[in-house]
Amino acid sequence: MSGTKIKTLDELRKIRERSKAGTKLRLTGESGNRVTISVGMATCGIAAGARAVMGALIDSINENNLENVAVVATGCLGYCYAEPLVVVTVPEEKPVHYANVDEDLARKIIELHVIGGEIIGNSQLITDGLT
Amino acid sequence: MNRIRMHMLVCGGTGCVSCDSTEVKDALVREIMEHGLENEVQVTITGCFGFCEKGPIVKVYPDNVFYVRVSPDDAKILVGEHVIKGRVVEKLLYGDTPSDIPFYKKQMRIALRNCGLIDPEKIEDYISVDGYEALGRVLTGMTPQQVIGVIKGSGLGGRGGGGFPTGLKWELTAKAAGDKKYVICNADEGDPGAFMDRSILEGDPHSILEAMAIAGYAVGADEGVVYIRAEYPLAVERLQKAINQAEAFGLLGDHILGSDFSFRVGINLGAGAFVCGEETSLMNSVQGGRGEPRIKPPFPSETGLWSKPTSINNVETFANICPIILNGAEWFSGIGTEKSKGTKVFALAGKINNVGLVEVPMGMRLGDIIYSIGGGVRGGKSFKAVQTGGPSGGCIPASMLDISIDYESLSETGSMMGSGGMIVMDEDDCMVNIAKFYLEFTVDESCGKCTPCRIGNRRMHEILSRITKGGGTLDDLEQLKDLGEIIKICSLCGLGQTAPNPVLSTLHHFYDEYEAHIVDKRCPAGACTELLRYTIIAEKCIGCTLCARSCPVPCISGERKKVHDIIQEKCIKCGICYKKCPVDAIERK
Repeated sequence: MSGTKIKTLDELRKIRERSKAGTKLRLTGESGNRVTISVGMATCGIAAGARAVMGALIDSINENNLENVAVVATGCLGYCYAEPLVVVTVPEEKPVHYANVDEDLARKIIELHVIGGEIIGNSQLITDGLT
Repeated sequence: MNRIRMHMLVCGGTGCVSCDSTEVKDALVREIMEHGLENEVQVTITGCFGFCEKGPIVKVYPDNVFYVRVSPDDAKILVGEHVIKGRVVEKLLYGDTPSDIPFYKKQMRIALRNCGLIDPEKIEDYISVDGYEALGRVLTGMTPQQVIGVIKGSGLGGRGGGGFPTGLKWELTAKAAGDKKYVICNADEGDPGAFMDRSILEGDPHSILEAMAIAGYAVGADEGVVYIRAEYPLAVERLQKAINQAEAFGLLGDHILGSDFSFRVGINLGAGAFVCGEETSLMNSVQGGRGEPRIKPPFPSETGLWSKPTSINNVETFANICPIILNGAEWFSGIGTEKSKGTKVFALAGKINNVGLVEVPMGMRLGDIIYSIGGGVRGGKSFKAVQTGGPSGGCIPASMLDISIDYESLSETGSMMGSGGMIVMDEDDCMVNIAKFYLEFTVDESCGKCTPCRIGNRRMHEILSRITKGGGTLDDLEQLKDLGEIIKICSLCGLGQTAPNPVLSTLHHFYDEYEAHIVDKRCPAGACTELLRYTIIAEKCIGCTLCARSCPVPCISGERKKVHDIIQEKCIKCGICYKKCPVDAIERK
């Protein structure tokens, strides 16, 4: 707890912005209209480095102050050869599967796809046939 | 950089804590540490989710997965499967997503908005969900009259039972002459089965402190008192922590947010007397006197605590204040019915499948609460009645399941909203016995100051006891009605004025049950033991002697392989023989 007293409404609002980091995940979870990024975290994914990918995704989301983006761990999708796998699901759109994701690509997924709305074509696992 | 990717919220309400939720939390933390995930996953204790029937509850974010009946042993699989591998643990699920669970589908959570979402012991969590913003806006941009105007315009009525307009109460207190005024939060929740005030104080204590400060600004008070019963230790502990944090942050104390407004809140522990929920008794108790009411007027808004103008509001009423300030009077008055605005929290209890706490818009059909949200009557039995309003309320019969839940409709049935307890009864509940139970409660809790309540209710209780023992006459029913009406008119305070309600409403809706007790000497529900008669059906009895050997009196005679007989004069109606008989040869009537 900070010992300093809040003296103005603006100071309260600043503390609110800071404190939002603490409850953001819950509010994102309650939101029906959220972008979900699933990271394959079965044994195959973890062995291929999924944990570092997940960390990079979370860092990038926090750095860009994104709300309504949820990173969740998911099980094995069956494409063990292409791990780490990341699936981006934007509401009302088809899920996009990215293969062999590393920390760099993870950041690009946030910056180009989630923020920019542009699918990174050459990193997709399959471009068609998956829903 | 914060790399927390998952929050696991464990219910810390009293219901779940008594089902080992603290141990569940500890086990989760242990497992997470063991896997070195403490920088990725945060485990938080939060307030009541309301679905107490299925506790302990664990909710996982951001996936929004809702686990029920979690035991400490489940921590291993939850962490191993869900946290590490992202596989949802199916066997602990209730539904796919919380929004699909029927229990939550028809709810609208305003007073309970933060229960189950924030850590009640962290002021930062509360601030992050717009906490203290309403107080900030009030202090920097509104006059006390404007605040009162918004609350009046919202149509908010007192949630403790009476439904008196909150804005009007504030206005009367504001207009009363006096340099010192008080705001009191009535947390003396006494109705058997009701626990919404406890849950709000346990799950979101800051929302009450903020609302009390807003009330203080509106009426011109600089001091607030929360009167809470000592039986709520967890709520008291969290409230005290919240007060300490708010003071440390300068959100309570002198010159709040740089304004001229100063406000402090203290806690007063009550000893659990039901009458202290009545406002004048409550104030007597705070002053160190006996918990006894006095005649009104003068009302507390003129002569209240220490004879100063005082505004007393219930916990749930306060829980609605901040959302009204933030969203506006029109938003709130758009919810509910023409005369009853907003939502109401109900505590579902008794013979219902989903025991718990629910918040619904006023005007919802009673049947929807019992069946859609409550999941219907337990064990597939038939619904008989629902008791609302606690010892001051009455019983609503099955034929009235279509009524709308609001202050007016409930009063028309002879019951009342009260604090929101809803006790569901099935075919095995005897309505005479239920009326007797509630009257026993009020007889016990009567402070004894006025005669109608002290003696009248006792006389009514004696008559009811006589009826349940088979000694009643039809004249007794007339006498019950007469006495009840007199007690209602002549009693000093709300306790006595409403105490006959359970009797009068069951007399009205279930007259035939009273008649059966008196004329046929029979209890249709089979609940009044003294009216029961156990007999052995000669054709069925195989003479196994099991009943005779189990009888504690003993009052069953008969030889091996011959028909047995119960000696009625000696029988104590314990029912053991009825349960033991292997061939159902014992009849209970």
